[in-house]
Amino acid sequence: MPDTLPTDSVGLVTEQQHHFDEPLTLACGRTLPEYDLTYETYGKLNSNASNALLICHALSGDHHAAGYHDMADKKPGWWETSIGPGKPFDTNRFFIVCPNNLGGCKGSSGPTTINPETGKTYGADFPIVTVPDWVESQRRLGKALGIETWAAVVGGSLGGMQALQWAIQYPDELRYSVIIAAAPKLSAQNIAFNEVARQAILTDPDFHEGHYLAHDTVPKRGLMLARMLGHITYLSDDAMHVKFGRELREGELNYQQVDQVNFQVESYLRYQGKNFVHRFDANTYVLMTKALDFFDPAKDYDDNLAKALAPIKAKCLLMSFTSDWRFSPARSKEIVKAMLHHDRDVSYVEIDAPHGHDAFLMPIPQYTTTLKAYMDRIETD
Amino acid sequence: MTYYQHAARQPHILRTDLALLSEWIKPGSSVLDLGCGDGLLLAHLQRTRQVKGYGVEIDDQHIATCLEQGINVLQVDLNDGLSDFFEENRFDYVIMSQALQAIHRPDLLLEDMLHIGREGIVSFPNFGHWISRIQLFFAGHMPHTRALPHNWYNSPNIHLCTLKDFENLCSGLGIEVLQSIALDPQHQSTAGMRWLPNLFGEVAVYHFKRKYG
Repeated sequence: MPDTLPTDSVGLVTEQQHHFDEPLTLACGRTLPEYDLTYETYGKLNSNASNALLICHALSGDHHAAGYHDMADKKPGWWETSIGPGKPFDTNRFFIVCPNNLGGCKGSSGPTTINPETGKTYGADFPIVTVPDWVESQRRLGKALGIETWAAVVGGSLGGMQALQWAIQYPDELRYSVIIAAAPKLSAQNIAFNEVARQAILTDPDFHEGHYLAHDTVPKRGLMLARMLGHITYLSDDAMHVKFGRELREGELNYQQVDQVNFQVESYLRYQGKNFVHRFDANTYVLMTKALDFFDPAKDYDDNLAKALAPIKAKCLLMSFTSDWRFSPARSKEIVKAMLHHDRDVSYVEIDAPHGHDAFLMPIPQYTTTLKAYMDRIETD
Repeated sequence: MTYYQHAARQPHILRTDLALLSEWIKPGSSVLDLGCGDGLLLAHLQRTRQVKGYGVEIDDQHIATCLEQGINVLQVDLNDGLSDFFEENRFDYVIMSQALQAIHRPDLLLEDMLHIGREGIVSFPNFGHWISRIQLFFAGHMPHTRALPHNWYNSPNIHLCTLKDFENLCSGLGIEVLQSIALDPQHQSTAGMRWLPNLFGEVAVYHFKRKYG
């Protein structure tokens, strides 16, 4: 955190929480009798509640999308590049709501919170949640905040899938949907990466079938491995080459010990992995990857995506990044094609960026400019 | 920038161009504009002909302008073809203004246009214009004209053709020309252009469809 708050930052923010007494029946068949959603808001809701943006987070994201919690914070929220005064999600114009999804580990009900039925932490007993479940819970949060219709629902990656699901599930309750670096469903390769990440966690001896907190431990090694693997898929080969190449950590190769870090890229991955263990829950990670794997709106429509997207009324913007191989431009184009089949209002922007999947979080001029142009239109429309 | 502000900036060029094309477009139809630029034609057609329109554009600035104006635009390289997005007979009209000559394979794109659309409209600079012919014949250099302002080495125009060339290609591809007009770069037509379009037309506009099916 700099000594003074940047003028284009929302500044100091405080998280809020809403308790829901109305039971929520999930896609898995189980019901949460009650639950909490932790969220943050930025900007002001206007008098007719027409300027609300819902920001949906991705796999390892949370409700802290912008600003700082404390002047001592080293980093701002995860989408600081796009949220703030004068930025694409302009807090002078929009009232922005970003919740932590159910099953998360940052305050909303999830594996690390208390199960009201048992008085103990949920751990592995927290049910598998899906993207449609999240949409349902986000909708209830919107209503609690006085929002009947969102100006737009926005998200990148898994967040983009939520923005898409919103447009399908509640077509009359959002005017725009902004779907960034997403896919209509995961490929076998995507699922394979998720499965390796899950196996790393589930086979960690400290996992204790998900009840590690009751054993006063956490499956550090597994979660660390899962994060390291994830990071590889978020970056492009070129981005890794530019960032690390074959640069050595100690100046020369160590021929004596196999467990020593030789290359900078090893050091980076270990650092990212270790860091993650302190801020994320292993059960949540497993649940989030399941939500990704299960997302497939076309499943109930003979695998016909166009049919699945038929209910959409919102105007949609799809954005992809040329070097993203996790959810490549071709995956976004599948969604665009299905929307075009029904004459929907849809635009598609392909950002020329070398960073890989992570590009959606970065301040890339073409990205910022086009996103801002679209969002400015939303505000005046 | 709104459509009106934009139109006010270059009124004489726009009005004739838009008026001309608009006459060929049936109200309420679906239109795809390839190389739509800042979306001015689509905005005009949406306003005056109530078309359902999409633009295809590659330039970032144009894309941003389209988004700002509420024009549906897809950032796609025309050289990659259109099959990633569009199904057969998807549009009543596929329009391509001043881009045919800059495409790697104009023949393939024309076929693509009539695959996804029932009718096509293209405009392109006429390489057979008399000034081009004189410059090449007497001065011995590549033409520099109002319609062809670039140098040979940095020109985006890689497949220049004459009206005759285009018509030959159409007949080879089984394309029927419904109407055509030769213009100057300000989109005005003179008696000379109507009499000998391949000699006096600087810009050609063709409206065409498949001969069969």
